[in-house]
Amino acid sequence: MISFTLNGEQRSVDVAPETPLLWVIRETIGLTGTKFGCGIAQCGACTVHVDGMTRRSCVTPVATVEGSDIVTIEGLAGAESDAVKAAWASIDVPQCGYCQSGQIMSAVNLLQNIPQPTDANIDGAMAGNICRCATYHRIRLAIHDAASRMEG
Amino acid sequence: MLIEKITPSRRAFLAGSAGLVVGFYLAPLGPARAAISVKAGIPADAQGAQFAPNAFVRIAPDDTVSVVCKHIEMGQGPYTGLTTIVAEELDADMAQMRAVAAPANDELYKNLAFGTMGTGGSTAIANSYDQLRHAGATARAMLVAAAAAEWGVPAAEITVSAGRIVHAASSRESGFGALAEKAAKVTLAAEAPLKDPKDFKLIGSDIHRLDTAVKLNGTAVYTIDISLPDMLTALVVHPEVFGATVKSFDDSETRRIAGIVDVKAIPQGVAVYAETMWAALQGRAALKIDWDLSGAETRSSAAIIAEYQEKAKSQGTVASAEGDVDAALASAAKTVEAEYVFPYLAHAPMEPLDGVLVKADDGTVDFYSGAQFPTSDQALIAKTLGLEQGQVRVHVQFAGGSFGRRAQAGSPYAVEAAEVFKASGGGRPVKHLWLREDDIRGGWYRPIYVHRLKGGIGADGTISAWDQVVVGQSIMAGTPFEAMIQNGVDPTSVEGASDLPYSIPNRRVSLQTMKTGVPVLWWRSVGHTHTGFTTETFIDELLTAAGKDPLQGRLDLLKDGDRHIGVLKRVAEIADWGKPVAEGRARAIAVHKSFDTYVAEIAEVSDDGNGLPRVHKVWVAVDCGVPVNPNIIRAQMEGGVGYGLGAILFSEISLGDKGVIQQSNFHDYRSIRINEMPEVEVAVIESTEKPTGVGEPGTPPIGPAVANAWRKLTGQPVRQLPFRPAPPAGSLS
Repeated sequence: MISFTLNGEQRSVDVAPETPLLWVIRETIGLTGTKFGCGIAQCGACTVHVDGMTRRSCVTPVATVEGSDIVTIEGLAGAESDAVKAAWASIDVPQCGYCQSGQIMSAVNLLQNIPQPTDANIDGAMAGNICRCATYHRIRLAIHDAASRMEG
Repeated sequence: MLIEKITPSRRAFLAGSAGLVVGFYLAPLGPARAAISVKAGIPADAQGAQFAPNAFVRIAPDDTVSVVCKHIEMGQGPYTGLTTIVAEELDADMAQMRAVAAPANDELYKNLAFGTMGTGGSTAIANSYDQLRHAGATARAMLVAAAAAEWGVPAAEITVSAGRIVHAASSRESGFGALAEKAAKVTLAAEAPLKDPKDFKLIGSDIHRLDTAVKLNGTAVYTIDISLPDMLTALVVHPEVFGATVKSFDDSETRRIAGIVDVKAIPQGVAVYAETMWAALQGRAALKIDWDLSGAETRSSAAIIAEYQEKAKSQGTVASAEGDVDAALASAAKTVEAEYVFPYLAHAPMEPLDGVLVKADDGTVDFYSGAQFPTSDQALIAKTLGLEQGQVRVHVQFAGGSFGRRAQAGSPYAVEAAEVFKASGGGRPVKHLWLREDDIRGGWYRPIYVHRLKGGIGADGTISAWDQVVVGQSIMAGTPFEAMIQNGVDPTSVEGASDLPYSIPNRRVSLQTMKTGVPVLWWRSVGHTHTGFTTETFIDELLTAAGKDPLQGRLDLLKDGDRHIGVLKRVAEIADWGKPVAEGRARAIAVHKSFDTYVAEIAEVSDDGNGLPRVHKVWVAVDCGVPVNPNIIRAQMEGGVGYGLGAILFSEISLGDKGVIQQSNFHDYRSIRINEMPEVEVAVIESTEKPTGVGEPGTPPIGPAVANAWRKLTGQPVRQLPFRPAPPAGSLS
């Protein structure tokens, strides 16, 4: 059994230790907001927070998060999350939407670390999240908008 | 260790069984095999009988209005656009509007541009506009007639606004739901009148997308998220060379992995069935397959391109011609020649291809997928499974992007999913997924193209001749759309070139159609991906050679009233064309019509220090007729720019030695990322022309706009895509 906290709840799963966290979250636990995009940590669709840091869950063996605090899109909460979701909604960022859980996880983590990010900060934090619809222009606007919502 | 059996989440199960409902509500619990009893097209949570004045509108007692959408939502926005059109004529409030996916039914839900059900060619709004205005107006008239009868007042005195039906004189008021049952019995004496467009309240406004909320919190359900009790996960190993078939395979290692249920050969490769995705991934990796290469395409991309280049030296089948090109070239004061090479491109939507198949107790089958051609998928799944077409139900899901990939004549993906299901025995539901590697190496690429152009400039400085040879593989040949090929010319190979808008007295465009064993397909904007690039970079070079300004030179070559003029002037206006540009940067322009939508773009670029363009800003002007939702139009232009820019800068699928595909995932099939995305500013032209599409037309102009700016900056024309960094100074290349 491997135990961790997921979205504030204690969880124990009986799976092979090398099972990627992504599939434990999606299949064993049944939360499907975290997406599969590439399986090799190249696209960021599977981004979750592990102990306050972004992590590509598709290449994270579940055994390595024993005892960790994990947050997925379903459990995302707090001032940064509220600001990011409000900005995303106001600007209508998503198109197909498939990558957006990962984009939002990365954006919220950015604002948690840097409340007023520059464009360079945004590039640094978000370059690991591919959006094939190329909603990047609106993602950038929305992160700045979220930052100003936090400030205001 | 045994892998724990999947316990499907209640939400995922419900989502899978409820049909697609946009808006933030969930279906009630269904029976255990609810997948079988889905009434697609009707939101499962609407209570009571629904008023269905026509195939597109459903009004529930709770005032909810559901629009049955015949076009898939894959990001391009039709759920919002189609729903807005109905709401406008119905005088509804957007807050009461929902979108649901139409079931597979050509008679009711055919694309009027195709004659069959399907989404593509930027036609969703264009073909639905009149149809859905009538659908909304009819529903409104029936509700008004019901209110008039109920209240004993003349229908002419009743007004409808924001979802409320009002008779002011008697102070009577009602929502739609309360009158729905009565309205269902109304027979209209005459066709309901349409609004005067000047009275539009919703069409032309920035309406928020209906599907934004569910895409912010993980509740939007895509095919990959569907989970059914006892469901198997299936992955298929495909050949790494096109046309190879399975000679034999060794699954002994695979079968030793916990959670592996079965391994079967199917016509497309070898299918691995497992209790979990992790087991399937391990089992797939452990398979050993011996491929029969006797029928395979073993040429490299380089060999194919060399063959095309040779072919480009001679005229092909004429697609369009005017004047005497050869004489004009012979007498030209100056000539310019160029050869262009375009690579294979994969679409690479974020959600790889996937589908869920489940058999009901009566032997009929449900198919859940981001199906872009639902009736084609339905027919071919039925054929594969030995069923009648009506015995397969298609439940169209949100799709995680497509860019053309999910729209396939002959439905090869759906057929593969059906083969996988058939080989499994069909006793358990099966989710079939492609991995990113299957997607990148799976073919159905934008074909390789080579273009050869010759242009002539007369003694008076005017462009006198244009001779263009297009060499490439037809995307229609061998498909059910083959009848589109007329007189040996696949129009999608030359569209955007054969109808060059510029007045050049001597002009010829011809096509050399080639064959390879590589399956090819349309890719966002189809033929315009390459014709837009060649025509707009070559005209730019000719204008330079003639000593003309690229904007004024284009305007001078366009006929009065041509809508290219409006977008060129507008984009020049918003970009302050002609003003000095910062040191080390250059700007250039391109304009291209595709799918009856006119788009002009200006790109500002610099050298990124590695010999590649850094694109700082792109200005876009778009004329798509009546702009139904400028918010979504701008989004499609922004996305179209990014998608096209990523392709010209980074993307190439290549076949290497013995035809082996050289890329496999996002590390070597590069996608544009946020740090490479320019700022985009979009102007939407006000228009009363009929609306046309926006999903694709933003893509074609970005390549030539960037290439033209690069030529201005460096003096180097761009003749081969993707861009390749110049070799470092002094290197021996």
